[in-house]
Amino acid sequence: MSEAFPGPHTGPATGHVPVLRLGEVLLVTLQGDLHDSTAQQLQQDLAETISRSGATGVIIDISGVEIVDSFLGRVLAEIAGQTELLAARTVVVGMRPAVAITLVELGLSLPGVHTALSTEVAMELLTRHAPSSRFGGLRQESP
Amino acid sequence: MPEQAEGTAGSPTDEVRDFLRRRREQIAQRWADEPLFRAVFTVSRDEAVEAGKAVVDALAQVADAARVEDPDAAGFTTVREQLARMGAARSRAGLSTAQVSSELAALRPPVENLLVADLPDSPADHARDCVTTLSVLMGTLRVVVMQTALSEGQALIDRQRLQLLEVATPVIKLWDGIVAVPLIGTLDSARSQVVMETLLESIVEQQARYAILDITGVPTVDSLVAQHLMKTVAAARLMGAECIVSGIRPAIAQTMVHLGLDLGTVVTRASLADALGYVLHQLGVGIVNPVANGPVAR
Repeated sequence: MSEAFPGPHTGPATGHVPVLRLGEVLLVTLQGDLHDSTAQQLQQDLAETISRSGATGVIIDISGVEIVDSFLGRVLAEIAGQTELLAARTVVVGMRPAVAITLVELGLSLPGVHTALSTEVAMELLTRHAPSSRFGGLRQESP
Repeated sequence: MPEQAEGTAGSPTDEVRDFLRRRREQIAQRWADEPLFRAVFTVSRDEAVEAGKAVVDALAQVADAARVEDPDAAGFTTVREQLARMGAARSRAGLSTAQVSSELAALRPPVENLLVADLPDSPADHARDCVTTLSVLMGTLRVVVMQTALSEGQALIDRQRLQLLEVATPVIKLWDGIVAVPLIGTLDSARSQVVMETLLESIVEQQARYAILDITGVPTVDSLVAQHLMKTVAAARLMGAECIVSGIRPAIAQTMVHLGLDLGTVVTRASLADALGYVLHQLGVGIVNPVANGPVAR
């Protein structure tokens, strides 16, 4: 997508982002600048891993991401949408204040995405079941 | 300084310059009796005379540079601070800008009288030119004082605006994992930006799962303020914290409904206490009254 335009996303493609499996939950940690094609690759990998493993939750840790654009915002929303279709829940963890402000100003408040302050809280959210979610601060009820 | 020939000097500007240098002492003495100098330099008359001399010197320097109409002339820089102090002292005494201005205007007649007395033999049009030049010079002095006073006021306003931004947005830790921001005053874009940033920073710092925005101190809520609130709530949610808006007064609730403002899915409570009670309940924390031994938090 952005190959024609030199910019922060045109560095050497790092290939795959590792997807770690912790029981029923998949953990993805994003670091630094994320190449657009890597983000799309991750989206694809996650869909396949969920359907293969039957995971019930996905945690995306973006505490290492300092710059976010509308593309990455859309990718996050799409990942949440597709995992929902595969009967799993996505929790985005550790968003930095500057990133949150940017997304809100861009008009991307990611309505379908669950959020948590730390991976620990996210694990707690995902391993609990629906009735207890009110204690855990689950921001969006699953449909 | 070349001694000027009696009655037939060069340009009116030079004439005025020479006059100012010659009569420096007398002008300063007369100014010291004017209300402006008397009111500012209350300690001693000598002080007022010295200040007057400094101003006369500055005027002579400006006349020397032939820039009688230029408030930015280099000659004024030496007395700018002193003039600002005088202007500020009069303002503090409760005088309006117009009154200070008229006190400054009162400095002109004594000097003019001296100048006229100094030119008894010169041709009428030359004398008139000299007086006009002096008037222009005194007018410029007035502009300088007013300019200085206004820029002082502007600097004060800027400083206070910055202080207001810092002071008015404290983030309070109410409980482990609960922070609150009491919003006070009108929320404009700059302030809501500061509120949002400090709130989000403290959410990370305190690992707060809940943030309470208390708007008891916000006088009116219009669509702009509601939009700012929604943005803050959305940003906090993205970070994994839930925002509760509290302190919506009955009148404001009514206005918001009339305006058709929708806070959407934002949790709202009437008072900060209610919001705290709600959050404590969500966290599964209860407050127990030791006497009645019953739960208080709802």
